[in-house]
Amino acid sequence: MSIKGKVWKYGDDVNTDVIFPGKYTYTITDPKEMALHALEDLDPKFAKGVKKEDIIVAGRNFGCGSSREQAATCLKYAGVGAIVAKSFSRIFFRNAINQGLPLVQCKEAVENVSSGEEITIDFEKGELSCKRGVFNFPPLPESVLGILKDGGLIPHTKKILKVGEGE
Amino acid sequence: MGKTFAEKILALKSGKESVVTGEIVTVSPDIVMSHDNTAAIAKKFKQVGIDKVKHPEKIVIPLDHCVPAATEKYATNHKEIREFVQEQKIENFYDINTGVCHQILPEKGHVLPGSLILGADSHTTTYGAFGAFSTGIGRSEVASIWATDEIWLRVPETIKINIEGEIPPGIYPKDIILHIIGDLGADGALYRAVEFSGKVIRDMDIGGRMTLCNMAVEMGAKIGYVEPDEKTAQWLTARTNKKYEIIKSDADAEYEKIIDYDISDLEPQIACPHTVDNVKPVSEVAGTRIDQALIGTCTNGRLEDLKVASEILRGKKIYNRVRLLVFPASMEIFAQAMELGILQELVKSGAVIMNPGCGPCLGAHEGALAPGEVCLSTANRNFKGRMGCKEAEVYLASPAIVAISSLYGEITDVRGYLK
Repeated sequence: MSIKGKVWKYGDDVNTDVIFPGKYTYTITDPKEMALHALEDLDPKFAKGVKKEDIIVAGRNFGCGSSREQAATCLKYAGVGAIVAKSFSRIFFRNAINQGLPLVQCKEAVENVSSGEEITIDFEKGELSCKRGVFNFPPLPESVLGILKDGGLIPHTKKILKVGEGE
Repeated sequence: MGKTFAEKILALKSGKESVVTGEIVTVSPDIVMSHDNTAAIAKKFKQVGIDKVKHPEKIVIPLDHCVPAATEKYATNHKEIREFVQEQKIENFYDINTGVCHQILPEKGHVLPGSLILGADSHTTTYGAFGAFSTGIGRSEVASIWATDEIWLRVPETIKINIEGEIPPGIYPKDIILHIIGDLGADGALYRAVEFSGKVIRDMDIGGRMTLCNMAVEMGAKIGYVEPDEKTAQWLTARTNKKYEIIKSDADAEYEKIIDYDISDLEPQIACPHTVDNVKPVSEVAGTRIDQALIGTCTNGRLEDLKVASEILRGKKIYNRVRLLVFPASMEIFAQAMELGILQELVKSGAVIMNPGCGPCLGAHEGALAPGEVCLSTANRNFKGRMGCKEAEVYLASPAIVAISSLYGEITDVRGYLK
């Protein structure tokens, strides 16, 4: 699994309300429509400008706040290929994996990439390549990679339950 | 070496003799909570390809986020939930006349010491006030638990926070937790279990402990925890006759960090826009104009909160251009506040008494803000756009500070006004 995309860079504590405002949580149910509001209260240019496999790079505690899964869903459907951050809020971390959106925790890489540049991430090798070099990060545990490879938790659970029936 | 609460309960719930921090365990929760997001979860559940939830008796569903429904969309959402509840024979369903989920679950006896509770809401950490291991998860995870009765959790490191000293007049549990969050930061307890202990916690009533555990997630914590004691037992006696087992950290448990606070000289604390950890003592922000004051939510909508506010407002009128909205956290609290004459006092002062629920806390309805407006709220979050408008500002404080400030139209220190 590897991707190549343009960087959108943000700061620390990017919270779920600026990623996907609470006022939409029960009125917008279509993931494609969610994508139109991605990062609306942080960067109004993002939803219009983001291209498939673009990469969000941010500081500490990305995704803090609400448990709303739409914060991950809207970014996934906006085309985001991965999020690289110094650290992630725990519920957002789970939600992103469960939506099939890969995350990379790598402080060094965050400090060395700039907005707009193109970077490559190899998830199995745990390598992020950018203009200023190659940075390593610990690959995700096998169990978590399994969920990502199945395209998220729901397809993963579906697969497991089917396997269970066959035994 | 002894074990922490988190290590002991996750060992128990995963059927292992012992676990270590950082270990990933598969557990089966005792209670799974979802609220207005249940319809969306039900759609994900159907995608898994099975018809019936595995354990309907473990599922608790209160409607609270937008009650009564504000629009056709919200109404349809509620309708779908009611249909799902019937179809799946889920008995623990609480319709719009009950209250906020985090108040309802303990009130209705679903929260027990030593239980594992997962909820599709970040403030599920609240139940740690009763010695439960409880935390927020996402919608897909709830759907998956309904289908499999299992989920993976990482065994967290534990930070112990000792709070000592004498609570000065005008200082409430909200000030204490805001001070801690301001000090440690929005990621100061990221992925960690946080145990609150010390004299102040032992002296604190259950409502205050709930406020602390509720906001533990605002510093990134996975759970908040208070060791159950006589007060816990007494509170639960009236709510449930279910048996429970108290789980406590061993005296020689290994903590990642132990942090000590002495709150004897603490000033009232205010979380300023737009992050919960942007906390300042009231003296630095006193005089800030407010347009709306809100008392309620899962953080501070309990009887003692309404009581404090009514005592401050008794016989006085709120400032003429301020709106004061009061949301009792549950119908039980609403009824008690009515019997005690608390609501009457609040109404006479000019407050609008709203129905139990989340209200405008997440910006859905019942008091959203306009551009340029400022709200002083007892809620737990002040993110940009939180109350429906990204050009508005939200400050967070104790019910006492919100009440006194509503009289003056600006953020005001309550200490000068206490008898």
